[in-house]
Amino acid sequence: MSGKPVLHYPNSRGRMESVRWLLAAAGVEFEEKFLEKKEDLQKLQSDGSLLFQQVPMVEIDGMKLVQTRAILNYIAGKYNLYGKDVKERALIDMYVEGMADLYELIMMNVVQPADKKEEHLANALDKATNRYFPVFEKILNHGHDFLVGNKLSRADVSLLETILVVEERKPDALAKFPLLQSFKARISNTPNIKKFLQPGSQRKPPLQEKDIPSLMAIFH
Amino acid sequence: MAAKPVLYYFDGRGKMESIRWLLAAAGVEFEEVFLETREQYEKLLQSGVLMFQQVPMVEIDGMKLVQTRAILNYIAGKYNLYGKDLKERALIDMYVGGTDDLMGFLLSFPFLSAEDKVKQCAFVVQKATSRYFPAYEKVLKDHGQDFLVGNRLSWADIHLLEAILMLEEKKSDALSGFPLLQAFKKRISSIPTIKKFLAPGSKRKPISDDKYVETVRRVLRMYYDVKPN
Repeated sequence: MSGKPVLHYPNSRGRMESVRWLLAAAGVEFEEKFLEKKEDLQKLQSDGSLLFQQVPMVEIDGMKLVQTRAILNYIAGKYNLYGKDVKERALIDMYVEGMADLYELIMMNVVQPADKKEEHLANALDKATNRYFPVFEKILNHGHDFLVGNKLSRADVSLLETILVVEERKPDALAKFPLLQSFKARISNTPNIKKFLQPGSQRKPPLQEKDIPSLMAIFH
Repeated sequence: MAAKPVLYYFDGRGKMESIRWLLAAAGVEFEEVFLETREQYEKLLQSGVLMFQQVPMVEIDGMKLVQTRAILNYIAGKYNLYGKDLKERALIDMYVGGTDDLMGFLLSFPFLSAEDKVKQCAFVVQKATSRYFPAYEKVLKDHGQDFLVGNRLSWADIHLLEAILMLEEKKSDALSGFPLLQAFKKRISSIPTIKKFLAPGSKRKPISDDKYVETVRRVLRMYYDVKPN
Protein backbone atom coordinates (compact mmCIF):
# COMPACT_ATOMS: atom_id res chain seq x y z
CA MET A 1 0.00 0.00 0.00
CA SER A 2 1.47 3.22 -1.12
CA GLY A 3 -0.93 5.88 0.11
CA LYS A 4 -1.34 7.13 -3.41
CA PRO A 5 -4.86 7.85 -4.58
CA VAL A 6 -6.41 4.90 -6.44
CA LEU A 7 -8.73 5.58 -9.35
CA HIS A 8 -11.44 3.02 -10.18
CA TYR A 9 -12.76 3.34 -13.74
CA PRO A 10 -12.53 1.72 -17.15
CA ASN A 11 -9.33 2.31 -19.13
CA SER A 12 -10.82 5.29 -20.94
CA ARG A 13 -11.35 9.02 -20.51
CA GLY A 14 -15.01 9.30 -19.66
CA ARG A 15 -15.74 11.05 -16.40
CA MET A 16 -12.40 10.18 -14.82
CA GLU A 17 -10.18 12.07 -17.23
CA SER A 18 -10.58 15.46 -15.54
CA VAL A 19 -9.56 13.80 -12.27
CA ARG A 20 -6.41 12.43 -13.91
CA TRP A 21 -5.63 15.89 -15.28
CA LEU A 22 -6.06 17.59 -11.92
CA LEU A 23 -3.96 15.08 -9.99
CA ALA A 24 -1.27 15.27 -12.65
CA ALA A 25 -1.30 19.10 -12.62
CA ALA A 26 -0.96 18.98 -8.84
CA GLY A 27 2.06 16.69 -9.21
CA VAL A 28 0.29 13.85 -7.39
CA GLU A 29 1.14 10.30 -8.42
CA PHE A 30 -1.83 7.96 -8.56
CA GLU A 31 -2.68 4.35 -9.27
CA GLU A 32 -5.49 3.02 -11.42
CA LYS A 33 -7.60 -0.12 -11.17
CA PHE A 34 -9.29 -0.54 -14.51
CA LEU A 35 -12.76 -2.00 -14.82
CA GLU A 36 -12.61 -4.37 -17.76
CA LYS A 37 -15.76 -6.40 -17.47
CA LYS A 38 -19.13 -6.26 -15.77
CA GLU A 39 -17.93 -8.47 -12.92
CA ASP A 40 -15.35 -5.84 -11.96
CA LEU A 41 -18.11 -3.25 -11.46
CA GLN A 42 -20.35 -5.75 -9.69
CA LYS A 43 -17.60 -6.61 -7.23
CA LEU A 44 -17.17 -2.95 -6.28
CA GLN A 45 -20.94 -2.59 -5.95
CA SER A 46 -21.36 -5.63 -3.76
CA ASP A 47 -18.53 -4.80 -1.37
CA GLY A 48 -20.10 -1.41 -0.62
CA SER A 49 -17.35 0.67 -2.18
CA LEU A 50 -19.65 2.73 -4.38
CA LEU A 51 -22.08 4.97 -2.53
CA PHE A 52 -24.45 5.18 -5.53
CA GLN A 53 -23.26 2.00 -7.28
CA GLN A 54 -21.38 4.12 -9.80
CA VAL A 55 -17.88 5.02 -10.89
CA PRO A 56 -15.78 7.20 -10.94
CA MET A 57 -14.60 6.27 -7.49
CA VAL A 58 -11.33 7.47 -6.00
CA GLU A 59 -9.75 6.07 -2.87
CA ILE A 60 -7.99 9.02 -1.24
CA ASP A 61 -7.10 9.91 2.35
CA GLY A 62 -9.11 7.04 3.80
CA MET A 63 -12.25 7.92 1.82
CA LYS A 64 -13.93 6.20 -1.10
CA LEU A 65 -15.09 9.28 -2.95
CA VAL A 66 -17.68 9.10 -5.71
CA GLN A 67 -19.35 11.85 -7.77
CA THR A 68 -16.90 13.51 -10.10
CA ARG A 69 -17.43 17.01 -8.69
CA ALA A 70 -16.89 15.85 -5.11
CA ILE A 71 -13.63 14.22 -6.17
CA LEU A 72 -12.42 17.23 -8.14
CA ASN A 73 -13.45 19.71 -5.42
CA TYR A 74 -11.54 17.71 -2.81
CA ILE A 75 -8.38 17.43 -4.88
CA ALA A 76 -8.50 21.10 -5.88
CA GLY A 77 -8.97 22.17 -2.26
CA LYS A 78 -6.28 19.89 -0.92
CA TYR A 79 -3.65 20.96 -3.44
CA ASN A 80 -4.42 24.69 -3.42
CA LEU A 81 -5.88 24.85 -6.90
CA TYR A 82 -9.21 26.29 -5.78
CA GLY A 83 -8.52 30.00 -5.28
CA LYS A 84 -7.76 31.88 -2.09
CA ASP A 85 -11.28 32.81 -0.93
CA VAL A 86 -14.99 32.24 -1.59
CA LYS A 87 -15.15 34.83 -4.35
CA GLU A 88 -12.23 33.33 -6.28
CA ARG A 89 -13.83 29.96 -5.77
CA ALA A 90 -17.09 31.28 -7.22
CA LEU A 91 -15.28 32.45 -10.36
CA ILE A 92 -13.43 29.15 -10.66
CA ASP A 93 -16.65 27.21 -10.20
CA MET A 94 -18.42 29.24 -12.89
CA TYR A 95 -15.62 28.71 -15.38
CA VAL A 96 -15.17 25.03 -14.58
CA GLU A 97 -18.90 24.27 -14.79
CA GLY A 98 -19.15 26.04 -18.13
CA MET A 99 -16.25 24.01 -19.49
CA ALA A 100 -17.76 20.83 -18.08
CA ASP A 101 -20.91 21.52 -20.10
CA LEU A 102 -18.84 21.88 -23.27
CA TYR A 103 -16.71 18.83 -22.49
CA GLU A 104 -19.82 16.75 -21.87
CA LEU A 105 -21.27 17.82 -25.23
CA ILE A 106 -18.12 16.74 -27.07
CA MET A 107 -17.85 13.53 -25.04
CA MET A 108 -21.44 12.59 -25.82
CA ASN A 109 -20.89 12.89 -29.56
CA VAL A 110 -19.45 9.41 -29.84
CA VAL A 111 -22.64 7.80 -28.51
CA GLN A 112 -25.05 9.72 -30.75
CA PRO A 113 -27.02 7.69 -33.30
CA ALA A 114 -25.21 7.61 -36.64
CA ASP A 115 -27.67 9.91 -38.41
CA LYS A 116 -27.42 12.56 -35.68
CA LYS A 117 -23.66 12.52 -35.10
CA GLU A 118 -22.57 15.13 -37.59
CA GLU A 119 -25.21 17.66 -36.59
CA HIS A 120 -24.50 17.07 -32.92
CA LEU A 121 -20.77 17.65 -33.43
CA ALA A 122 -21.39 20.78 -35.46
CA ASN A 123 -23.54 22.13 -32.63
CA ALA A 124 -20.90 21.31 -30.03
CA LEU A 125 -18.14 22.98 -32.04
CA ASP A 126 -20.36 25.98 -32.68
CA LYS A 127 -20.89 26.33 -28.93
CA ALA A 128 -17.15 26.04 -28.36
CA THR A 129 -16.29 28.85 -30.77
CA ASN A 130 -19.29 31.11 -30.15
CA ARG A 131 -20.30 30.56 -26.55
CA TYR A 132 -17.39 29.28 -24.49
CA PHE A 133 -14.05 30.27 -26.01
CA PRO A 134 -15.01 33.95 -26.42
CA VAL A 135 -15.71 34.12 -22.68
CA PHE A 136 -12.29 32.85 -21.74
CA GLU A 137 -10.53 34.94 -24.39
CA LYS A 138 -12.20 37.97 -22.82
CA ILE A 139 -11.22 36.96 -19.29
CA LEU A 140 -7.58 36.66 -20.34
CA ASN A 141 -7.72 40.32 -21.36
CA HIS A 142 -6.79 40.99 -17.75
CA GLY A 143 -3.27 40.31 -18.94
CA HIS A 144 -2.41 37.73 -16.30
CA ASP A 145 -1.04 34.31 -17.10
CA PHE A 146 -3.87 32.46 -15.34
CA LEU A 147 -7.65 32.76 -15.34
CA VAL A 148 -8.14 33.55 -11.63
CA GLY A 149 -6.09 35.25 -8.97
CA ASN A 150 -2.88 35.41 -10.95
CA LYS A 151 -2.02 31.84 -10.00
CA LEU A 152 -2.59 28.38 -11.45
CA SER A 153 -5.96 26.92 -10.49
CA ARG A 154 -8.15 24.06 -11.58
CA ALA A 155 -9.86 26.49 -13.96
CA ASP A 156 -6.67 26.72 -16.03
CA VAL A 157 -6.24 22.95 -16.03
CA SER A 158 -9.84 22.49 -17.07
CA LEU A 159 -9.58 25.08 -19.85
CA LEU A 160 -6.46 23.48 -21.29
CA GLU A 161 -8.06 20.04 -21.16
CA THR A 162 -11.16 21.36 -22.91
CA ILE A 163 -9.18 23.22 -25.59
CA LEU A 164 -7.26 20.07 -26.46
CA VAL A 165 -10.41 17.96 -26.65
CA VAL A 166 -12.05 20.48 -28.99
CA GLU A 167 -8.91 20.69 -31.14
CA GLU A 168 -9.00 16.92 -31.58
CA ARG A 169 -12.25 17.44 -33.49
CA LYS A 170 -11.42 20.84 -35.01
CA PRO A 171 -7.69 21.56 -35.23
CA ASP A 172 -8.16 25.26 -35.96
CA ALA A 173 -10.64 25.83 -33.12
CA LEU A 174 -8.43 28.55 -31.60
CA ALA A 175 -7.88 30.44 -34.87
CA LYS A 176 -9.75 33.53 -33.69
CA PHE A 177 -8.45 33.45 -30.13
CA PRO A 178 -4.86 34.67 -29.82
CA LEU A 179 -4.91 34.91 -26.03
CA LEU A 180 -6.17 31.34 -25.74
CA GLN A 181 -3.42 30.23 -28.09
CA SER A 182 -0.73 31.69 -25.87
CA PHE A 183 -2.57 30.41 -22.79
CA LYS A 184 -2.51 26.93 -24.26
CA ALA A 185 1.21 27.11 -24.96
CA ARG A 186 1.97 28.55 -21.55
CA ILE A 187 -0.07 26.10 -19.47
CA SER A 188 1.07 23.12 -21.56
CA ASN A 189 4.62 24.06 -20.64
CA THR A 190 4.20 24.07 -16.88
CA PRO A 191 6.32 21.10 -15.73
CA ASN A 192 3.62 18.79 -14.32
CA ILE A 193 1.30 19.31 -17.26
CA LYS A 194 4.08 19.02 -19.78
CA LYS A 195 4.90 15.61 -18.33
CA PHE A 196 1.25 14.55 -18.45
CA LEU A 197 1.05 15.53 -22.13
CA GLN A 198 3.93 13.29 -23.08
CA PRO A 199 3.61 9.68 -24.24
CA GLY A 200 3.77 7.19 -21.40
CA SER A 201 1.69 9.29 -19.00
CA GLN A 202 -1.64 8.20 -17.57
CA ARG A 203 -3.52 10.48 -19.94
CA LYS A 204 -6.01 8.46 -21.97
CA PRO A 205 -6.52 8.65 -25.76
CA PRO A 206 -9.84 9.64 -27.36
CA LEU A 207 -12.51 6.96 -27.35
CA GLN A 208 -12.58 4.84 -30.49
CA GLU A 209 -15.84 3.49 -31.91
CA LYS A 210 -14.49 -0.06 -31.69
CA ASP A 211 -14.05 0.24 -27.93
CA ILE A 212 -17.63 1.27 -27.25
CA PRO A 213 -19.20 -2.21 -27.12
CA SER A 214 -16.86 -3.50 -24.42
CA LEU A 215 -17.37 -0.31 -22.41
CA MET A 216 -21.13 -0.62 -22.69
CA ALA A 217 -20.90 -4.25 -21.56
CA ILE A 218 -19.44 -3.14 -18.23
CA PHE A 219 -22.39 -0.89 -17.45
CA HIS A 220 -25.38 -2.58 -19.08
CA MET B 1 -26.79 47.15 4.17
CA ALA B 2 -26.28 44.37 1.70
CA ALA B 3 -28.71 44.21 -1.18
CA LYS B 4 -30.81 41.06 -1.39
CA PRO B 5 -29.74 38.45 -3.94
CA VAL B 6 -31.75 38.66 -7.17
CA LEU B 7 -32.66 35.45 -8.98
CA TYR B 8 -33.17 35.52 -12.75
CA TYR B 9 -35.19 32.55 -14.02
CA PHE B 10 -38.60 31.38 -15.08
CA ASP B 11 -41.51 31.41 -12.66
CA GLY B 12 -41.08 27.72 -11.96
CA ARG B 13 -38.78 25.16 -10.38
CA GLY B 14 -36.30 24.00 -13.00
CA LYS B 15 -32.67 24.48 -12.05
CA MET B 16 -33.35 27.45 -9.78
CA GLU B 17 -35.45 25.63 -7.19
CA SER B 18 -32.49 24.18 -5.26
CA ILE B 19 -31.10 27.70 -5.00
CA ARG B 20 -34.39 29.00 -3.58
CA TRP B 21 -34.38 26.16 -1.04
CA LEU B 22 -30.82 26.88 0.06
CA LEU B 23 -31.32 30.62 0.44
CA ALA B 24 -34.58 30.07 2.30
CA ALA B 25 -33.05 27.50 4.63
CA ALA B 26 -30.20 29.94 5.33
CA GLY B 27 -32.82 32.57 6.23
CA VAL B 28 -31.79 34.82 3.34
CA GLU B 29 -34.47 36.96 1.72
CA PHE B 30 -34.19 37.24 -2.03
CA GLU B 31 -35.91 38.87 -5.00
CA GLU B 32 -36.83 37.30 -8.31
CA VAL B 33 -36.99 38.50 -11.91
CA PHE B 34 -39.09 36.09 -13.96
CA LEU B 35 -38.38 35.50 -17.64
CA GLU B 36 -41.65 35.82 -19.47
CA THR B 37 -40.92 37.01 -23.01
CA ARG B 38 -38.38 36.35 -25.70
CA GLU B 39 -37.62 40.07 -25.89
CA GLN B 40 -36.74 40.19 -22.22
CA TYR B 41 -34.39 37.23 -22.65
CA GLU B 42 -32.71 38.75 -25.70
CA LYS B 43 -32.21 41.98 -23.78
CA LEU B 44 -30.52 40.03 -21.00
CA LEU B 45 -28.33 38.27 -23.54
CA GLN B 46 -27.29 41.53 -25.18
CA SER B 47 -26.50 43.16 -21.85
CA GLY B 48 -23.82 40.53 -21.30
CA VAL B 49 -24.90 39.56 -17.81
CA LEU B 50 -25.29 35.87 -18.68
CA MET B 51 -21.76 34.55 -18.94
CA PHE B 52 -22.69 31.51 -21.02
CA GLN B 53 -25.97 32.95 -22.29
CA GLN B 54 -27.94 30.85 -19.85
CA VAL B 55 -30.04 31.06 -16.72
CA PRO B 56 -30.07 30.50 -13.74
CA MET B 57 -28.27 33.72 -12.93
CA VAL B 58 -28.05 35.19 -9.42
CA GLU B 59 -26.86 38.68 -8.60
CA ILE B 60 -25.19 38.37 -5.24
CA ASP B 61 -22.43 40.32 -3.49
CA GLY B 62 -21.60 42.32 -6.59
CA MET B 63 -21.29 39.22 -8.79
CA LYS B 64 -23.55 37.95 -11.55
CA LEU B 65 -23.16 34.24 -10.90
CA VAL B 66 -24.23 31.63 -13.40
CA GLN B 67 -23.97 27.82 -13.37
CA THR B 68 -26.22 26.28 -10.77
CA ARG B 69 -23.42 24.47 -8.96
CA ALA B 70 -21.28 27.60 -8.70
CA ILE B 71 -24.21 29.51 -7.22
CA LEU B 72 -25.08 26.75 -4.75
CA ASN B 73 -21.43 26.29 -3.68
CA TYR B 74 -21.13 30.02 -3.03
CA ILE B 75 -24.31 30.26 -0.98
CA ALA B 76 -23.48 27.13 1.01
CA GLY B 77 -20.00 28.44 1.77
CA LYS B 78 -21.15 31.91 2.67
CA TYR B 79 -23.86 30.75 5.07
CA ASN B 80 -21.89 28.01 6.81
CA LEU B 81 -23.80 25.13 5.28
CA TYR B 82 -20.76 23.53 3.63
CA GLY B 83 -19.10 21.66 6.49
CA LYS B 84 -16.19 22.67 8.67
CA ASP B 85 -13.28 21.32 6.61
CA LEU B 86 -12.30 19.71 3.32
CA LYS B 87 -13.38 16.22 4.35
CA GLU B 88 -16.85 17.31 5.46
CA ARG B 89 -17.14 19.27 2.24
CA ALA B 90 -16.26 16.11 0.30
CA LEU B 91 -19.06 14.21 2.02
CA ILE B 92 -21.51 17.03 1.39
CA ASP B 93 -20.46 17.21 -2.27
CA MET B 94 -20.95 13.46 -2.63
CA TYR B 95 -24.39 13.47 -1.05
CA VAL B 96 -25.52 16.55 -2.99
CA GLY B 97 -24.22 14.92 -6.17
CA GLY B 98 -26.53 11.98 -5.59
CA THR B 99 -29.65 14.06 -4.89
CA ASP B 100 -28.74 16.28 -7.82
CA ASP B 101 -28.63 13.25 -10.12
CA LEU B 102 -31.94 12.02 -8.69
CA MET B 103 -33.74 15.35 -9.04
CA GLY B 104 -32.08 15.74 -12.43
CA PHE B 105 -34.19 12.86 -13.71
CA LEU B 106 -37.24 15.00 -13.02
CA LEU B 107 -35.99 18.21 -14.65
CA SER B 108 -37.32 17.35 -18.07
CA PHE B 109 -40.49 15.74 -16.71
CA PRO B 110 -42.85 18.65 -17.45
CA PHE B 111 -41.71 18.62 -21.09
CA LEU B 112 -42.49 14.96 -21.75
CA SER B 113 -45.52 13.49 -23.48
CA ALA B 114 -48.16 11.94 -21.24
CA GLU B 115 -46.95 8.46 -22.15
CA ASP B 116 -43.30 9.30 -21.49
CA LYS B 117 -44.25 10.88 -18.17
CA VAL B 118 -45.56 7.53 -16.97
CA LYS B 119 -42.33 5.82 -17.99
CA GLN B 120 -40.11 8.48 -16.48
CA CYS B 121 -42.07 8.46 -13.24
CA ALA B 122 -41.52 4.72 -12.85
CA PHE B 123 -37.85 5.15 -13.73
CA VAL B 124 -37.24 7.86 -11.12
CA VAL B 125 -39.12 6.05 -8.38
CA GLN B 126 -37.14 2.90 -9.08
CA LYS B 127 -33.85 4.78 -8.91
CA ALA B 128 -34.88 6.56 -5.73
CA THR B 129 -35.98 3.44 -3.88
CA SER B 130 -33.24 1.09 -5.07
CA ARG B 131 -30.19 3.34 -5.34
CA TYR B 132 -30.46 6.71 -3.62
CA PHE B 133 -32.75 6.36 -0.60
CA PRO B 134 -30.93 3.23 0.60
CA ALA B 135 -27.62 5.13 0.44
CA TYR B 136 -28.89 8.00 2.61
CA GLU B 137 -30.74 5.67 4.98
CA LYS B 138 -27.42 3.87 5.53
CA VAL B 139 -25.52 7.12 6.14
CA LEU B 140 -28.01 8.05 8.84
CA LYS B 141 -27.98 4.53 10.29
CA ASP B 142 -24.20 4.29 10.42
CA HIS B 143 -23.67 7.44 12.50
CA GLY B 144 -27.05 7.68 14.21
CA GLN B 145 -26.99 11.48 14.06
CA ASP B 146 -29.72 13.93 13.15
CA PHE B 147 -27.94 15.38 10.12
CA LEU B 148 -26.08 13.81 7.23
CA VAL B 149 -22.69 15.44 7.89
CA GLY B 150 -20.87 16.72 10.94
CA ASN B 151 -23.78 16.51 13.35
CA ARG B 152 -25.15 19.83 12.15
CA LEU B 153 -27.37 21.17 9.38
CA SER B 154 -25.70 21.43 6.00
CA TRP B 155 -26.58 21.87 2.36
CA ALA B 156 -26.73 18.06 2.06
CA ASP B 157 -29.71 17.86 4.43
CA ILE B 158 -31.61 20.63 2.66
CA HIS B 159 -30.99 19.10 -0.75
CA LEU B 160 -32.08 15.65 0.44
CA LEU B 161 -35.30 17.02 1.89
CA GLU B 162 -36.03 18.74 -1.41
CA ALA B 163 -35.45 15.45 -3.25
CA ILE B 164 -37.62 13.46 -0.85
CA LEU B 165 -40.54 15.85 -1.25
CA MET B 166 -40.21 15.80 -5.04
CA LEU B 167 -40.29 12.01 -5.05
CA GLU B 168 -43.28 11.94 -2.73
CA GLU B 169 -45.12 14.12 -5.24
CA LYS B 170 -44.68 11.25 -7.67
CA LYS B 171 -45.27 8.39 -5.20
CA SER B 172 -46.70 9.38 -1.87
CA ASP B 173 -45.26 6.36 -0.05
CA ALA B 174 -41.79 6.64 -1.60
CA LEU B 175 -40.24 6.57 1.88
CA SER B 176 -41.89 3.37 3.02
CA GLY B 177 -39.10 1.05 4.03
CA PHE B 178 -36.89 3.96 5.07
CA PRO B 179 -37.74 4.74 8.70
CA LEU B 180 -34.69 6.92 9.32
CA LEU B 181 -35.45 9.03 6.24
CA GLN B 182 -39.03 9.42 7.45
CA ALA B 183 -37.80 10.77 10.78
CA PHE B 184 -35.20 12.89 8.95
CA LYS B 185 -37.91 14.40 6.76
CA LYS B 186 -40.02 15.39 9.79
CA ARG B 187 -37.02 16.78 11.62
CA ILE B 188 -35.60 18.90 8.79
CA SER B 189 -39.06 20.11 7.74
CA SER B 190 -39.63 21.54 11.18
CA ILE B 191 -36.52 23.71 11.20
CA PRO B 192 -38.04 27.24 11.38
CA THR B 193 -36.63 28.65 8.13
CA ILE B 194 -37.53 25.50 6.23
CA LYS B 195 -40.95 25.25 7.84
CA LYS B 196 -41.61 28.80 6.65
CA PHE B 197 -40.47 27.92 3.12
CA LEU B 198 -42.83 24.92 3.10
CA ALA B 199 -45.82 27.00 4.16
CA PRO B 200 -48.12 28.66 1.59
CA GLY B 201 -47.06 32.14 0.50
CA SER B 202 -43.33 31.37 0.33
CA LYS B 203 -41.18 31.59 -2.78
CA ARG B 204 -41.23 27.83 -3.20
CA LYS B 205 -42.58 26.99 -6.66
CA PRO B 206 -45.28 24.40 -7.43
CA ILE B 207 -44.86 21.47 -9.79
CA SER B 208 -44.29 22.81 -13.29
CA ASP B 209 -47.41 22.88 -15.44
CA ASP B 210 -48.14 23.37 -19.14
CA LYS B 211 -47.97 27.13 -18.80
CA TYR B 212 -44.40 26.84 -17.51
CA VAL B 213 -43.46 24.53 -20.38
CA GLU B 214 -44.99 26.90 -22.92
CA THR B 215 -43.14 29.88 -21.44
CA VAL B 216 -39.76 28.13 -21.41
CA ARG B 217 -40.17 26.93 -25.00
CA ARG B 218 -41.25 30.36 -26.19
CA VAL B 219 -38.49 32.27 -24.40
CA LEU B 220 -35.60 29.90 -25.11
CA ARG B 221 -36.87 28.45 -28.40
CA MET B 222 -35.71 25.08 -27.16
CA TYR B 223 -37.01 21.85 -25.57
CA TYR B 224 -39.66 21.10 -28.15
CA ASP B 225 -38.81 17.43 -28.43
CA VAL B 226 -37.62 16.13 -25.10
CA LYS B 227 -37.11 12.42 -24.55
CA PRO B 228 -37.14 10.53 -21.26
CA ASN B 229 -34.01 8.83 -19.81
